[in-house]
Amino acid sequence: MTAFSLLAQSVSDGNVNVAQNIGFGLIAAVMIFAALCVVTTKNVVHAALWLVIVLGGVAAQYILAAAEFVAVSQVMVYIGAVMVLFLFGIMLTRAQIGAEDGLNNTGWQIGIPVAVVLFGLLAFVVLDAFGDDTLAEAPLTGDNNEATVDIADRVLFQYLAPFFGMTFVLLAAAIGAIVLARKD
Amino acid sequence: MLAANFLLLAAVLFCIGVFGVIARRNAVMVLMSIELVLNSVNLNLIAFALMNDDVDGQVFALFVIGIAAAEVGVGLAMVLLIYRNRRSISLDELSELKG
Repeated sequence: MTAFSLLAQSVSDGNVNVAQNIGFGLIAAVMIFAALCVVTTKNVVHAALWLVIVLGGVAAQYILAAAEFVAVSQVMVYIGAVMVLFLFGIMLTRAQIGAEDGLNNTGWQIGIPVAVVLFGLLAFVVLDAFGDDTLAEAPLTGDNNEATVDIADRVLFQYLAPFFGMTFVLLAAAIGAIVLARKD
Repeated sequence: MLAANFLLLAAVLFCIGVFGVIARRNAVMVLMSIELVLNSVNLNLIAFALMNDDVDGQVFALFVIGIAAAEVGVGLAMVLLIYRNRRSISLDELSELKG
């Protein structure tokens, strides 16, 4: 199945949610443009700010996919904490202010065919395996907290051991970062 | 809404991230590209959670977000250490392991 027939199918499908599809397409276009800017811009600080747009777009897609709790976590963790870390990293490694040459490797062009071939492979596999699958309609009315309650139940019961494991990973990472970065 | 929409968007983001990892020389830029890759995987997990009408995918996405935060913290600490020792974070100059 090609992308074109996929498009035709999504148009001819009677019960498709047009507003959801348009919102998805707009956000996706902005995200792809911003992601391309992240990997092509010559200014490190601008790359970090474009990354904010990508991460915000991902959070918006989570809301479209009815995953509100993950969306809020994404905003707090990525846009709140990780971006501050990145900006600190840029500041402490004294990146040049303004455009900077030499951000790319000498053989950076090799990345283009790699990325294109990889995308072709992924797109073929995705369309082959999931080309016809539709997503469950996002519950736009009613009790929206059900998913969050479910997440809490599973994290604190079924996935309790992995959750503890992750807390130890975070603790070790925090201590390791302090040990690595302190001066003496 | 088709599941392939989300999966194709995630594939595009993944490939852009892989291109960034290959093309960039600055270590901080490589870490940013890795964030793109991790976010595309999260997008896939959320799409599968919606497709199967089950929150397991969302729980996994939360775990990935937590691990990614730890990864960025340690990664940037290592970049700072390299910068302090060598006054440069160009990855192509870190060639001590080459025989």
